[in-house]
Amino acid sequence: MPAPPEPAAPLAYREAVREAVREALKADPRVFLMGEDVGRYGGSYAVSKGLLEEFGPQRIRDTPLCESAFVGAGIGAALGGLRPIVEIMTVNFSLLALDQIVNNAATLSHMSGGQLSVPLVIRLATGAGRQLAAQHSHSLEGWYAHIPGLRIAVPSTLDDARFMLAAALASPDPVLLFEHLYLYNMEGELTAGLERVDLDHAAIRRPGGDLTLITYGWSLYKCLAAAETLSREGIEAEVLDLRTLRPLDDAAILASVRRTHRALIVDEGWRSGSLSAEVSARIMEQAFYDLDAPVARVCTMEVPVPYAKHLEEAALPSPERILAAARTLLSPGASG
Amino acid sequence: MNAPAERILTREHGLELLGQMLRIRCFEDRCYRLYGEGKIRGFLHLYNGEEAVAVGALKALRPCDAIVSTYREHGHALVRGISMEKVMAELFGKHTGCSRGRGGSMHLFDASKRFYGGNAIVAGGLPIAVGLALAQKLARPGELTACFFGDGAVAEGEFHESLNLASLWRLPVLFLCENNLYAMGTALERAQAQTDITVQARAYRIEAAAVDGMDVLAVEEAVGAAAERIRKDAGPALLEMRTYRFRAHSMFDPQLYRDKAEIEAWRKKGPIITLTTRLKTLGLMSEEDYQRLEREAQAQVEAAVRFAESSPWEPVSELERFVYAGAS
Repeated sequence: MPAPPEPAAPLAYREAVREAVREALKADPRVFLMGEDVGRYGGSYAVSKGLLEEFGPQRIRDTPLCESAFVGAGIGAALGGLRPIVEIMTVNFSLLALDQIVNNAATLSHMSGGQLSVPLVIRLATGAGRQLAAQHSHSLEGWYAHIPGLRIAVPSTLDDARFMLAAALASPDPVLLFEHLYLYNMEGELTAGLERVDLDHAAIRRPGGDLTLITYGWSLYKCLAAAETLSREGIEAEVLDLRTLRPLDDAAILASVRRTHRALIVDEGWRSGSLSAEVSARIMEQAFYDLDAPVARVCTMEVPVPYAKHLEEAALPSPERILAAARTLLSPGASG
Repeated sequence: MNAPAERILTREHGLELLGQMLRIRCFEDRCYRLYGEGKIRGFLHLYNGEEAVAVGALKALRPCDAIVSTYREHGHALVRGISMEKVMAELFGKHTGCSRGRGGSMHLFDASKRFYGGNAIVAGGLPIAVGLALAQKLARPGELTACFFGDGAVAEGEFHESLNLASLWRLPVLFLCENNLYAMGTALERAQAQTDITVQARAYRIEAAAVDGMDVLAVEEAVGAAAERIRKDAGPALLEMRTYRFRAHSMFDPQLYRDKAEIEAWRKKGPIITLTTRLKTLGLMSEEDYQRLEREAQAQVEAAVRFAESSPWEPVSELERFVYAGAS
């Protein structure tokens, strides 16, 4: 007699990523994980805990502190036929590997006339919110989204944490997966029956007809909280999770804005020259006459993110700032 | 050091090495003129004087080995077997170039020859070589990756990170430092606290030796011996090829940083003169042989120029092709 289906156990985001890595290692002998403290330590955010014991040191490879060398080695290993998953402990340290990411990973396919491809996945923790101060609180994913040749994706839900890695590994191009450090402890359940996700489409996480909140990462949950409050006031906000920052899913952004006629972009990156600026420009370029009010933005204040809790909170997007911006956007004076 | 090589030097082998060096020399002399005519643009870094390194090293390696090079890589590409036509067409920016005209002089690629560029960021190729060698060690033991770089790269962090990682993981990398004494215009002793690069390599427990980079036979022998050890899983090695470039760093370099006398002194030790003299002294080659090799090289160069001249440009409609391998 078949056993009754077990109720789904709650799963933490970090466990979802770990399952994704484990599945990839089992599915393809070319896959290996490499980075600082991914092995014996178990991963700075405990994502790879237990994997060294399960897969051994050839496939769970601790590196010295040398971001440029191990990211470049990932590129070389990908060129050489392997499928590396490189973990850069945080996006902050990825600045030490910029040469390899921007000058090599992003260029080799085009610059070689299509002879080479770099099927490399880089996982990076990103974001602020843990009082880690200016050098450990960057949100530079929008910066990387500037670079042709890279694919930039942000798993913000458990489902994406669990399945985006497989989609990234299936891509012949370099993919950077940005995991917001605040989400690692988030618990929930996977969508029953889900087996894969794509790397191309944004997703509506909450439907609504009055305005569109466009966001990703930890800010998704701030937007959902703000949308909940707005709903009690009779305002229905649609929350669009971008999921991929490069390429941007223009069709999904424009379809939502054409329904709601109002757009508020919420981005933990800084405002100037940012991803939020890019999304805003695309809306202006392609849906200007559908707008009932100018596009609005809530971004991190233009300061190095400070340590003190009250200052850090004031610097980052918050449900309160999102609510205030949304109400302004909806006020009669906002439309032209 | 050179004595054993001389004992096994045959006429056929000597002419092959000399012919390869002459091919590079003639090719680049022509490139210099073509640059003046505006046929070649961008940066053009000539290898003139350093030919023994590319020829000796690549003749000692196998087709299965991966090659990572620098922006001064015409010689490496030609000896590796990328056709002169495709290299010249690349310099012209033509569709038939070995990188479809997207890379130019500094970014020659040929995946079928396992030639991974053409890297124009000093030391940027070293981490990639480490990764290629990691893939070889895990999947294809017996292969190795040879990584060319200049003395300027030794000051970069990526040099030190890569040597450490390659040694720590015992990877089959052959680091080939082309020490031509100048990082663009900065002399080695003005850039390095330790000017003996082999000492720096040994600090990472990497076997290292200095080689007379003007002597193609010495280069060939040293690379062959190092490669043999690496193939037996002995870990990486570094060879410091002591060489010199006779021409400027690039076409924009007035060479204010070195004496003409110094250049002339090195020219007397030039790799082509050295081998020519040796072959003649040993009675292995006549002046007629030399003239024939030079004529053959010139003929190849002129054929390459005609090929490049007559080749089409890549259609602008293909500009965005290959930004993503998955979208092509």
